[in-house]
Parts: sequence; structure tokens; C-alpha cells
Amino acid sequence: MSLSVAIRHSFAGFALDVGFAAPAGVTVLFGHSGSGKSTVVKAVAGLLRPDAGRISVNGRVLLDTASRVSVPVHRRGLGYVFQDGRLFPHMTVQGNLTYARRATGDRFDSVVDILGLGRLLDRRPGALSGGEAQRVAIGRALLSDPAMLLMDEPLAALDAPRKAEILPFLDRLCSESGVPILYVTHAVAEVARLANHIVLLENGRVLRSGPAAQLLADPALVPHMGVRDAGALLNARVVAHHPDGLTELAGPGGPLFLPGVSRAPGDRIRVRILAQDVILTRTRPKGLSALNILEGTIRTMHHGDGPGVVVQLAVDDEHLLARITRRSAETLELATGQTCFAVLKSVAVSQVDIAEPAPNP
Amino acid sequence: MAFLGPDEWQAVALSLKVACLAVAASLPFGLGVALLLARGRFPGRHLLNGIVHLPLILPPVVTGYVLLLGLGRRGPIGGFLESAFGIVLAFRWTGAALAAAIMAFPLMVRAMRLAIESVDPGLEEAAATLGASRLRVFFTVTLPLILPGVIAGAILAFAKAMGEFGATITFVSNIPGETRTVPSAIYAFLQVPGGEASALRLVVVSVVVAMAALVVSEVMARRVTARVAGR
Repeated sequence: MSLSVAIRHSFAGFALDVGFAAPAGVTVLFGHSGSGKSTVVKAVAGLLRPDAGRISVNGRVLLDTASRVSVPVHRRGLGYVFQDGRLFPHMTVQGNLTYARRATGDRFDSVVDILGLGRLLDRRPGALSGGEAQRVAIGRALLSDPAMLLMDEPLAALDAPRKAEILPFLDRLCSESGVPILYVTHAVAEVARLANHIVLLENGRVLRSGPAAQLLADPALVPHMGVRDAGALLNARVVAHHPDGLTELAGPGGPLFLPGVSRAPGDRIRVRILAQDVILTRTRPKGLSALNILEGTIRTMHHGDGPGVVVQLAVDDEHLLARITRRSAETLELATGQTCFAVLKSVAVSQVDIAEPAPNP
Repeated sequence: MAFLGPDEWQAVALSLKVACLAVAASLPFGLGVALLLARGRFPGRHLLNGIVHLPLILPPVVTGYVLLLGLGRRGPIGGFLESAFGIVLAFRWTGAALAAAIMAFPLMVRAMRLAIESVDPGLEEAAATLGASRLRVFFTVTLPLILPGVIAGAILAFAKAMGEFGATITFVSNIPGETRTVPSAIYAFLQVPGGEASALRLVVVSVVVAMAALVVSEVMARRVTARVAGR
């Protein structure tokens, strides 16, 4: 385990009692605002001292209130990317990047390259766009050679185009830097794209902690993800780019056709399929405009309070979620164990939902 | 200096000397107190704030008299300083510097405190997460950002020290060449027939110094804003 956290802290009107262990890779702390995510990251960084608890990173104890250990912030060796960037306004980008004493040599060149900062080095933070500033902040944290990178909603202050601009850099960062990351967000799209492991927080408690694919495919957690944002991950391999603009993927249960995926044939990717974009049929449909039809078996059905039902479908050894109405489920007489077909419109999947496959740490 | 007569020049030179010592000696304390007031969270913060601002509200004569009681040669602190270190402040130019420093202290602290409060503590946190110790954070992040504010505070204090009268004349009297600063000299010139011309020339000097200080400190205060915004 690269990170282990067990802390208790109380504010006026709010009590936090959180315990989890995270493997290497990208761990996402997910929850609504006020669930305590930021408090946890601040405690890990040492910016907040919890009432009681123990925190260790890669086996090194950073906090242990029982034995009165509390390593000061500047000796923890963790990188922190703040939501608001917090670049030093009186220094150039170069000055910001090299602020940490360990920021030297070839690491500098490779980080500048990964994050595309070459053209910005002489600028001042006041002359950067929001997205550029955040990339510099990420680079600055990386260059301090951290044992772990803490990212507290790094994209929350950016608009959608700026987010889309940064996400590919984050992808590369996660897969190439090898630094474990603790990533805080309340955006499911970021969870689905970046997470290997998810810690779901609610009202200061850990609701669930587990592998990303498993939690995202759990119908019972759909209300926590948000019914419009919930969706399972499918692993697939790029087969070919067709001249009509579609990319053919080899996925579970057969070929998938998606609009132009910017990856080379042979690349493995993971695709997030939103539960609300999936249509279920009992028999293999014919004469349909939708290109993707996956055969699967119903594993579980989750009834919420509203008119909807979330169906978890096993397709080969992977899972798909479909959100349909209770009325449809009754008309089709859907039940656990039945075989049915998931229909997915190609255009429903956007580039934002495509990411690197989860590494197996 | 052709514009000023020898007596007048002596007063201006002494005022410059007194103001320089007053600012130089009080600057570290001023910065420390400004930091405490801006960032500190301790019981007695409001009391400290009140004490710092007291010389601004009290009649200057009172401040001067309190100094004389405490730091005069027969006062508890003054007596100790003289017997232990041979330091005498009462009726000396160094005493004038002390009186000026105390009277200028609130202005200095205020300018520095405003500059410190305009710096986002989040920047200091960020520096700490990058491995910087408190000392390094102060010298590489906080101080560069507040530097114009520190200079502005020092300039204001300098101008105030140049013109301090009430506390000075009470504590160190009005001795030509030793404690007769510009305001004391103006006062003295006005007491003798035919002294108006000399007094007026010193008034011009005082106005010029005060105006220059205000302009420069205002420019510096704007620089703080620009620096903190990263332009």
C-alpha cells in the first residue's frame, strides 16, 4: 500500500472519521462538496493537523498522534497541486518550476516536455491562462521529486475547454511519471478517466473503497455518482481506423465502433459507457441505426427511489451499466440471470470518456 | 547649502540623522510586530495592536513624559542602562531618535501590516509543500512580495520621524546641535524676533520631505498590488 490513512477530526458541526489504504497508481478521493475530501488531503500534506490518527506514505509514518509524531509540511516530501494553482506571482514560470531544491537536471526537461511548458518558461503567472497556470503548478509539484502527488480538485476552477486541454497531460503524467497520485474530485468524468482506485466519501465517512472498475460498475453506487454521470468502464483494443471516421475496437463481447479515437491501432484503452446511453433489448435487434450491440447476462438490478432501474450486465468478464425505467424493466420482464443485448450509439461516447487502461500495480 | 543658514542646516542634518537611526533601529521590530498582527493568532493580539497605536492617539507630550519617567537618568530603565552599559538617552540625539521611532512606529507597522495581509497565505503553504522551511518561505516568498510595503512603511516612518516635535522636546529638550531637530528649530526661531525667515525656510524643507515621502510610499503600495497579482 502506498498510502494508508486513518484520521479523526471534528469541526463545528462536522465530524470526519476516515480510514483507507490506497495502492500505487491513481487513487481518487470522490465525494460531494462537504464530504471531507479536502480535509483528508490537507491532513496528508500536513496543512491540517487532525485531532487523532495515523498517516503513512510508502511505509514512512508522517503522522501518528498516539506517539506524537507529526512531520512538518516541508519535510513530508509530497507534491501538492492546489485548486487555485498558487504560483508565486513574483517569479517567472521557470522560477516557479525550480523553486523546490530538488528540481534540477534532466527531470526538469522531461517534466517541461510532458506538460508542454517550453514556451511559457519566461512568462509571469499573471500572463498565463488558467489551464497553463495549472499545468505549471503540476510541473512545479512534480519537480519537487515527491513520494506522492496530492491533487486537490486541480481542474475544478477551469472551464470545459481548459479541462479538455489538461486531461491528456494528466493521462501522460499518470502513466509515465510513476509517482502515486491522490486525486480529489467531485467530477465523475475525471474519476472514470484517471482512477485506478476509488475512495468514496460521504459526510466525513468512507462509504466504499476499491478498484475503479469495480466501483464504477456497481449499480448500488449509481446514486452517489449521480444518475446522469454514472457509467462503467470497458477495456478495449484499437483495431483499425475506418475511412468513414469510425474507429473499430476489440472489446468484450465483440467489436465496438466509436467516432475517431486518437490512438494507434494496437493501443489498449478504456472507455466509459454512460448508463443512460445504453438501451436494453431481449432479442438481438435488427434494422437499427446503432452500431454497437453487446450480448450479456444480467447480474443485478438496483431499484432506486425514482422511476429508474440500474441494470448491471456482465459482458464476458467485464461489466456494463444500463439505466432504464422501471416500466421498461417490467414490460421486458427483465430478471437476474437473463441474457439480453445492450445497444449503444457510437456517437454517445465522447473523447473525454476515453483513457489509458488501468495499470496493474 | 546656500538656501539654508548654518543653524538651519544643522537642524536639518540632525533631523536626517535622527530619522535615519529611528527608522533603521525600529524596522526589524516594526516588521516583526506587523507579522504578528497580520498572521499571529494569540491571546493579547488586540492588546498589542492597541499598544502599538497608542502613540498615535496619546498627546505626544504624554509619550515624551512617559519616556522621561522611564528612561531618564533617574528612571528605572534609564538608570539601569546607564549603570550597566553607560547608555544615556535623555537629552541626547539618540533619545530624540527613540522618541521619533516610537511616534513613527504605528505608521510603519500599519503600512507593513496591510502589505502582509494582501499576500495569500496559500502561497506560503505552497512553498512549504515544495520543501521550503519557514525561514526560506519568509525570505523567498513573503518578503519579496511585501518588500514595496516594507519600503513604504519605512519612508512614512522616516518622514514622521523628521517632523516629530512634542515627544522629542519633552524627552530630550531643545539643545542646538544635539536635540534641536527641524520642528524644534522652527519653534525656537519663532520665539526670537527676526526668526520668521529661517522658520519659513525650514517649513519649506518639511513640506517637501513630507510630500516626497507620501508620493513614494503611495507608488510602493501600488507595487505591492501589482506584485501580488503577478504582473
